Amino acid sequence: MTDILTLEGVEKTYDSGFIALHGVDLTLKEGEILALLGPNGAGKTTLISCICGTVMPTGGKITVGGFDALTNFRKARSLVGLVPQEIHLEPFSRVWDTVRYTRGLFGKKHDDAHLERVLKDLSLWDKRDSRVVELSGGMKRRVLIAKALSHEPRILFLDEPTAGVDVDLRKEMWEVVAKLKASGVSIVLTTHYIEEAEAMADRIGVINGGRLALIEEKDALMSRLGRKSLKIDLETPVDVIPDTLSSYNLKRADDGFALVYEYEAGASRTGITRLLADLRDAGLCMNDLSTRQSSLEEIFVSLVQSEQEERA
Amino acid sequence: MNLTAIRAMYVSEMARFFRTFMQSFLSPVISTSLYFVVFGAAIGSRIDEVEGVSYGSFIVPGLIMLSVMTQGISNASFGIYFPKFTGTIYELLSAPINFLEVVIGFAGAAATKALFIGTVILGTSALFVEMEVQHPLVMVLFLILTCVSFALFGFIIGIWAKNFEQLQLIPLLVITPLVFLGGSFYSINMLPPIWQTITMFNPVVYLISGFRWSFFGVADVPILTSLLAIGLFQGLCLFAVWWIFKTGWRIRK
Repeated sequence: MTDILTLEGVEKTYDSGFIALHGVDLTLKEGEILALLGPNGAGKTTLISCICGTVMPTGGKITVGGFDALTNFRKARSLVGLVPQEIHLEPFSRVWDTVRYTRGLFGKKHDDAHLERVLKDLSLWDKRDSRVVELSGGMKRRVLIAKALSHEPRILFLDEPTAGVDVDLRKEMWEVVAKLKASGVSIVLTTHYIEEAEAMADRIGVINGGRLALIEEKDALMSRLGRKSLKIDLETPVDVIPDTLSSYNLKRADDGFALVYEYEAGASRTGITRLLADLRDAGLCMNDLSTRQSSLEEIFVSLVQSEQEERA
Repeated sequence: MNLTAIRAMYVSEMARFFRTFMQSFLSPVISTSLYFVVFGAAIGSRIDEVEGVSYGSFIVPGLIMLSVMTQGISNASFGIYFPKFTGTIYELLSAPINFLEVVIGFAGAAATKALFIGTVILGTSALFVEMEVQHPLVMVLFLILTCVSFALFGFIIGIWAKNFEQLQLIPLLVITPLVFLGGSFYSINMLPPIWQTITMFNPVVYLISGFRWSFFGVADVPILTSLLAIGLFQGLCLFAVWWIFKTGWRIRK
């Protein structure tokens, strides 16, 4: 896969002196979905804005489809569609007109068949003659996506597409994104919902404090950083963990009716076999066993924490 | 030049005008008619000719200028301020267009609207008073230059304004007084000498005077001075627009 977007040392310092980005390097492969995770104020929106042209970067180089985003901005920007975080739509314009307007703005000739396809894919076709102000929140968001797709971009930026959206709508948005990916569009989305990144992304980048803390294949990230825990339900509760088991760092749970053992999911020797043997030797009777993999959320929290500790 | 994009912006801005066509069309017709009833018939009947022209006819160029300037400013400033207000400016910033194209699309549409309204007022005036235009080409030139200059000026105000109050501030505090005191309804010669001198610092005097010359061949200042003044104003506006384009002032963070 070729890289459709490359960022080299992109920096942004606002007039107030606030440094939003400290030299970010990033590449996006053609056809992939990259999720940028990070807490509020981490620099996600600034990063997207620098690529799309709504914010001027103060340093670094951005290349879109081989075109420099500053010196060759016309070619670079025509490859990019942006769906902003806030619902920015002119309230009194009609859906069809506003989508057609965006296509024109990007210098593309009229193609009503394409716009019809886009609106149908987003279930907006029936609403094409409605005014924006008459639409529900979810539909407005889809109008924003339709506008961004109106000029046939090769990269779509979705800035927190499901912020403040209910569960049903969020699932619906995920389906829309899956469809877009199937149509060959590369996607960068920002979110602070980890389940969203987990559900949609091929790769995940974590931004914190204006730095890209890490960027990795989702599966690799999960197995590298993911910890698993083994929960052992006991027949009779234990008040004190026997000394013979101290090396396992077990934790009591459920008022002593269970013990929890944590281990690296990717490790070649997990120590489970030995633990079970030692439990039996210690005279503990097991009722049930269950394992759980830590979610991205936990990975994320531990990453952010360790970075903050490093800086402190 | 991204001509498709310019057309998209122009058409979209004009669509807003046509959406409120009755308001855009009727309000200048009604207000002009009122001016003629008040100044032309009621008060004007007690005023003799001014500079050899009947008072009713004399005020026509001033009335047209008054509307064209205020309409040019308000249309252009609102046109570019509204996307800033609703947030849809992100589209203009992320599109493969430069600032000059945005100016042509937005200010061009505003100038067109002002020109349309100026023409409507001219037509309405013809119903009330006898009209003569001695130098039609100069009149058209003046009208277009004024529409374009004040649309550019309005565009700059729209970029500058941070809220609706500021949007109204310059037209209200600067433009309206300058236009009313610029000889829309009187000849500068009717003022006491000291005020005649002060009035010469009002740039609008030169526009109204020149425009009136194209109708009746009489003017407060020489016609070339008037052309120079409007040319200078347009040059200043273009320079400001170029500077905004260069620095991204108040648009691109």
